[in-house]
Amino acid sequence: MKLAYWMYAGPAHIGTLRIASSFKRVHGIMHAPLGDDYFNVMRSMLERERDFTPVTASIVDRHVLARGSQEKVVDNITRKDGEEHPDLIVLTPTCTSSILQEDLENFVERASMTTQSDVLLADVNHYRVNELQAADRTLDQIVQFYLEKAKAKGELPEGKTAKPSVNIIGTTTLGFHNHHDCTELKRLMADLGIEVNEVIPDGASVHNLKRLPQAWFNLVPYREIGGMTARYLEDAFAMATVDIAPMGVVETARCIRRIQQVLNAQGADVNYEDFIDHQTRHVSQAAWFSRSIDCQNLTGKKAVVFGDNTHAAAMTKILAREMGIHVVWAGTYCKYDADWFQEQVSEYCDEVIITDDHTVIGDAIARVEPSAIFGTQMERHVGKRLDIPCGVIAAPIHIQNFPIGYKPFLGYEGTNQVADLVYNSFTLGMEDHLLEIFGGHDTKDVITKGISADSDLAWTADGLAELNKIPGFVRGKVKRNTEKFARDRGFTAINVEVLYAAKESVGA
Amino acid sequence: MTLADTKPQALDFECETGNYHTFCPISCVAWLYQKIEDSFFLVIGTKTCGYFLQNAMGVMIFAEPRYAMAELEEGDISAQLNDYEELKRLCLQIKRDRNPSVIVWIGTCTTEIIKTDLEGLAPRLEAEIDIPIVVARANGLDYAFTQGEDTVLAAMAHRCPDKAPVLEAEKKERNAISTLLNFGKHKDDVATADSEYHDHPPLVLFGSLPDPVVTQLTLELKRHGIKVSGWLPSKRFTELPVLEEGYYVSGVNPFLSRTATTLMRRRKCKLIGAPFPIGPDGTRAWIAKICSVFGVEPQGLEEREAQIWQGLEDYIQLIRGKSVFFMGDNLLEVSLARFLIRCGMTCPEIGIPYMDKRYQAAELQLLEQTCSEMGVPLPRIVEKPDNYNQIQRIKDLNVDLVITGMAHANPLEARGISTKWSVEFTFAQIHGFTNARDILELVTRPLRRNHSLKDLGWDKLVQEAASV
Ligand code: SF4
Repeated sequence: MKLAYWMYAGPAHIGTLRIASSFKRVHGIMHAPLGDDYFNVMRSMLERERDFTPVTASIVDRHVLARGSQEKVVDNITRKDGEEHPDLIVLTPTCTSSILQEDLENFVERASMTTQSDVLLADVNHYRVNELQAADRTLDQIVQFYLEKAKAKGELPEGKTAKPSVNIIGTTTLGFHNHHDCTELKRLMADLGIEVNEVIPDGASVHNLKRLPQAWFNLVPYREIGGMTARYLEDAFAMATVDIAPMGVVETARCIRRIQQVLNAQGADVNYEDFIDHQTRHVSQAAWFSRSIDCQNLTGKKAVVFGDNTHAAAMTKILAREMGIHVVWAGTYCKYDADWFQEQVSEYCDEVIITDDHTVIGDAIARVEPSAIFGTQMERHVGKRLDIPCGVIAAPIHIQNFPIGYKPFLGYEGTNQVADLVYNSFTLGMEDHLLEIFGGHDTKDVITKGISADSDLAWTADGLAELNKIPGFVRGKVKRNTEKFARDRGFTAINVEVLYAAKESVGA
Repeated sequence: MTLADTKPQALDFECETGNYHTFCPISCVAWLYQKIEDSFFLVIGTKTCGYFLQNAMGVMIFAEPRYAMAELEEGDISAQLNDYEELKRLCLQIKRDRNPSVIVWIGTCTTEIIKTDLEGLAPRLEAEIDIPIVVARANGLDYAFTQGEDTVLAAMAHRCPDKAPVLEAEKKERNAISTLLNFGKHKDDVATADSEYHDHPPLVLFGSLPDPVVTQLTLELKRHGIKVSGWLPSKRFTELPVLEEGYYVSGVNPFLSRTATTLMRRRKCKLIGAPFPIGPDGTRAWIAKICSVFGVEPQGLEEREAQIWQGLEDYIQLIRGKSVFFMGDNLLEVSLARFLIRCGMTCPEIGIPYMDKRYQAAELQLLEQTCSEMGVPLPRIVEKPDNYNQIQRIKDLNVDLVITGMAHANPLEARGISTKWSVEFTFAQIHGFTNARDILELVTRPLRRNHSLKDLGWDKLVQEAASV
């Protein structure tokens, strides 16, 4: 047992559901107790999804506990098949089913005999993997299933596309700025003259998966999700992988050069150097920003970085290499993939921290007192408490991290967004600091006086105590309304009963 | 009442598949740790439970809440680790860091399945670390959402002192309310203050409400000379009310049936079964019932109700004649529907996770009576609803407003169907005369929004609106 208040990565089933609901016409059925379909709330709220999240539960209740799921899981799969006609149903185990040890594989087999749709059991164990690992695994599992099925039926298309083409692997629902990143990557590929063969899983159809091997290579922008699929495609179809996240000016160039290499090895004869040069100097503002006086003022300022592998590593490199900022420590919560992180960032920061304990991170922030933090929502709140600005660069995230406006982190437009994020975080801190030095906003007292001035009425102790329970932002209004009410009715003192009588009379 | 004589057809109860969306009952820690200020809630479960709480509590999680997960690892499941030792280690850490007056253990699905004997472990550990440990099994196998509070309060009911301190009742000032009401008065005044009350047996109310609402309801009863001797729960665990045999108790929320049963069977209290004080009609019925049990003639109660209704008229105009559909997820549904029907709405369906017909008897009766007085058909009450089927019915019925969870709200809105998020009703102040307007504020919000946007022509925002 461990005492935990906060977790950076969710339970395994969340990862599986993120993959399932990213595809089109794939339905997730959770084997779970009532209440574990919270995923639907998150997707509907955070992504502001217009469609019903294609996830239902086959409920585990007392009855199931006593007698097993028996026909229930099979019935639920068959029912969903009839109602929604999905292409694929993914039976998703949870922590509860992990310990019930029912033969879910058998249910899947039985159900798939009667369903039109394919049925798969997600091969994830709650106690062994987290959300990110499970997502990686489930994507791999679905891709393998459909490629092997196509192979068995002799339906695999032969050969490569005529022009150089790519599969973009790993953009998912509830992923940090994934939709924007995906648009930016497609744009980048178009600029490079590369056709996008398939994007998986977000918005993809399982029927198209058999086309994956026609691409010239696979681009895996995120370290956490897509790697397993790319490795499978490498082994089974000898497809090349580019797994450099194009985040930041230098890394984007590195990613493009790697693509160039991969394509030329297959006889494409492309040269992207002029493109990189033009984009760097004239399209992305980030290179220019790093020369400008704004950025000069940031030189040597202290920052700390924490997040998932992809974003924390890229951010650390951007801050240190492209902006001259002093990264005191950089950390990741992807403990299972810590070596990779070490190797990526160790030359760009003084110290590397690997932990999924938010209190360790909180203490480490307090210890170094950076001028800015780049982390998750948790670090943003630590920053609030310590009065240090924070730019959010990775999940866990809130609704404000699902912006409506176009805000990629990847590609050349991404470099602009990141520059803004960095610059705004630091200047915010500086402005606050200056305000304090010069006496702060000196308007506070005046405003408070305005509310209570010319009050000819006495508040009794209980009335005042009750008034103080009313949230600050409406308290002034309630106070004014109550006093007006008391004056109109000729009360001289306001106690708690008058307060509520006033509330009822004005309806406010 | 002539209409009642014609025997309106009885309410129609149905039960569907139970495939509906609701919050896990462990969510009750979110409001209970705030209510019981000296408590600490330890949820003994998995990452799944933690993930839910972390996300459902939103920004509260950053305010160093008095709650934590005891996250079970593989070694706990396979019983390689000793539950007692593990829990002791964590509870000592909690004692050291927070020093609470009570630690509430919330049992989850996992502790049920692996049959952790929390009730057996608690008394031993309690004696060893010298902090009361209350066990509530609020898991998703057995309960829905607000029923979590019910399991916690039922467990707390056992901890209420069973004897009032002799002669020292006033001095002790056990409950926060009498302290508040007597604030600033001298001891002698307190004695005279008691004469403002009728001489009736002690009354204890149960249900967790925000402090201002506690004050409002207590004052509401005081107007009729009825004294509230205590609340379960009170602001602090150390201030739990005395419950002697023969005390009267009354529930303020419809989801508290286990607590009610425990108070009656184990504490030998007498339950006043009344409609719940939600809406002016419910509040009046609640007060009237309590008064009648104590043989007190309520003073000016009807006038007060009428006056509240008057103040609601501007909002009522917006909903009169419109229809409302409750998908069902928090057990407040019957009371809210009854109030909205009284406001002039029609209600084809009340979905509800669980229906205790005995505990809710008076509320159900008031619902029937309200329907017949308003001349509207009785709603069908659907226990353990099936959300998929409900959405088909919502489309067929073409309802004006759907009260539903967040999982369905945006998709329904995108299809041009107005929704109100049901969870807000559990966190907003909705009890008593004073807060009737707040309920309508919530209910009318989507309709007012529709009014502001009505000429824009984009109420349906999905491409194939047919494929719900
Ligand atoms: S339903 Fe069970 S497993 Fe899920 S969050 Fe609730 S208690 Fe935990």
